[in-house]
Amino acid sequence: MRRLTWFNATSLTLGFAFLYIPMIIVIIYSFNESKLVTVWGGFSTKWYGELFQNEAFLDAAWVTFKVALASSLIATVLGTMGAYVLVRGGRFYGRTLFSGMIYAPLVMPEVITGLSLLLLFISIGLDRGMFTIVLAHATFSMCYVSVVVSSRLVSFDRSVEEAALDLGCTPFEAFRLVTLPIIAPAVISGWLLALTLSLDDLVIASFVAGPSATTLPIKVFSSIRLGVSPEINALSTILIMIVTIGTIAASLTTKRAVMRRQREERMAEQTG
Amino acid sequence: MPETAFEPWNDPNEKPLIQFRNVTKRFGDFTAIDDLSIDIFEKEFFALLGPSGCGKTTMMRMLAGFETPTSGTIMLDGQDISPIPPNKRSVNMMFQSYALFPHLTVYDNIAFGLKRDKLPKDQIDARVKEMLRLVQIEKFGQRKPEQISGGQRQRVALARSLAKAPKLLLLDEPLSALDKKLRQDTQFELMDIQEKTGTTFVVVTHDQEEAMTVASRVAVMDHGKLKQVDTPDRIYEAPNSTYVADFIGDVNIIEGHATAQGNTVSIVWAEGQPPIIGTPTTPIEGKVSFAIRPEKIAISADQPTDRANVVQGKVLDIAYLGNLSTYHVQLPNGVIIKAQTANSRRRARRPFTWEDQVWLSWTDTAGIVLDN
Repeated sequence: MRRLTWFNATSLTLGFAFLYIPMIIVIIYSFNESKLVTVWGGFSTKWYGELFQNEAFLDAAWVTFKVALASSLIATVLGTMGAYVLVRGGRFYGRTLFSGMIYAPLVMPEVITGLSLLLLFISIGLDRGMFTIVLAHATFSMCYVSVVVSSRLVSFDRSVEEAALDLGCTPFEAFRLVTLPIIAPAVISGWLLALTLSLDDLVIASFVAGPSATTLPIKVFSSIRLGVSPEINALSTILIMIVTIGTIAASLTTKRAVMRRQREERMAEQTG
Repeated sequence: MPETAFEPWNDPNEKPLIQFRNVTKRFGDFTAIDDLSIDIFEKEFFALLGPSGCGKTTMMRMLAGFETPTSGTIMLDGQDISPIPPNKRSVNMMFQSYALFPHLTVYDNIAFGLKRDKLPKDQIDARVKEMLRLVQIEKFGQRKPEQISGGQRQRVALARSLAKAPKLLLLDEPLSALDKKLRQDTQFELMDIQEKTGTTFVVVTHDQEEAMTVASRVAVMDHGKLKQVDTPDRIYEAPNSTYVADFIGDVNIIEGHATAQGNTVSIVWAEGQPPIIGTPTTPIEGKVSFAIRPEKIAISADQPTDRANVVQGKVLDIAYLGNLSTYHVQLPNGVIIKAQTANSRRRARRPFTWEDQVWLSWTDTAGIVLDN
């Protein structure tokens, strides 16, 4: 193993410090006995207990979860369909325009997306609540899904789909039996991306949420305006833990898949 | 009773399996296939040969159903196949990239088409095992495509396309991904499998050696047109144009002016050189091209007396190919003629070397006289 040079070691430390010190501070203060956020008053887990007593937070968390699940599923289906048509649909009239338009929401300021959705919902008389948040989140996250899925579609050999047709599949069967299993990893990562985007969206949700449904980010943001409560620290710590466990699990799975594949390739070389 | 040669194209009573009738295919302004008509017969091993962009792949994709002709009709077994989608045609294709399904095992790849036909399980199993045996990959049934070598993948692709027992099998550059040695072995295997299964094969290739080896007939294509359709030996020995002569194998082409002398012609082609005596297939006069293969030209140290055409020159270059040597001989007027001889003696004992004065000679029937 090569040793790190002084320069590399320093940049590594600085970089990671920059990224993680804020989070570490949040975690430390979540175990603070004192009610004052900036004064250390000894170790305690009492804010976790209080958090789980706070129904408003729990409700908001539950709403956020439901919204994320529903909107990410809708976004995945629509985004995958969009990507498929744009990559495989051949050169239909206006294709360049459409593929440009599907990426536009990526660079659109969220305030504009939120405002325009709000105006739309008002003009068609849709009551704002969980349903409108789901629609809004599905709208802005489907373009992320379609970007991820279309990059996979572009890179895979089209003749595999033609082979499926050639062997007797209808176009739909070819998609279900061949294309979908091959692009599944991209569809899943698109879905996870949509899920994450929906979980932490504040701006769009605050435009389209109504009194009947509040998501966790909105709840956190509004309670911070009344003063930072140590409960928020506890909540943030739990979220950080969930994300950490999820990320580690995902990377372990990927690593094991890569190792299995390398083993198989070695085996193929030996027998080939 | 003597066994008759397999020549359905010469039998007027034989019905073709595939008929292209005045088929044209355009992509925008580009004409890929230009008013092309051809008949292909059952059990043929038919090769479409040509440089890239000549339209051979388009022809194959039209047979598979991935492209439809702009005009004209394609008949399979007497039926116009244009309205039939690829999944309803009794035609299967082996793709150049093999296009194996990466998420399925070798076994499931081969069973894929059979499952679409909703055959009973035991029938599918029997057929898949038969196919695995046919292409000699029984051991690898449970492997994924990425777990086998390139040569084995090629076999899986072949087995998969043959599993449904199609009337017609299309092979798109089937051997191009294999190395030379493996390619030659596989060529013979392919012919063997074609004979065993009795399937009509249409193969697309840019490799003239491959086409010559495997095919019962070869179609040489250029710019969406058929230049010549004939048996490999006729394509080689009797090309109908300088394009075909030049595309297949090595050839010397000499342009000149022909005058008839009985059955032969005398071609005046250069100042100070004796006219070339050739035998045309049909009477011909005027501007012609004379094409002669290097191996039909003899090279000798002494002036031969028994041959119709004799010229003298000096050895400019020698290409040593192991089994053969090609001599580039420059005539006094600067023209270079290639002559080829088999190396029946060891290299150290070869009779000629650079700058040697040699005599080249060929008979009056060795070359081909082509109309310009």
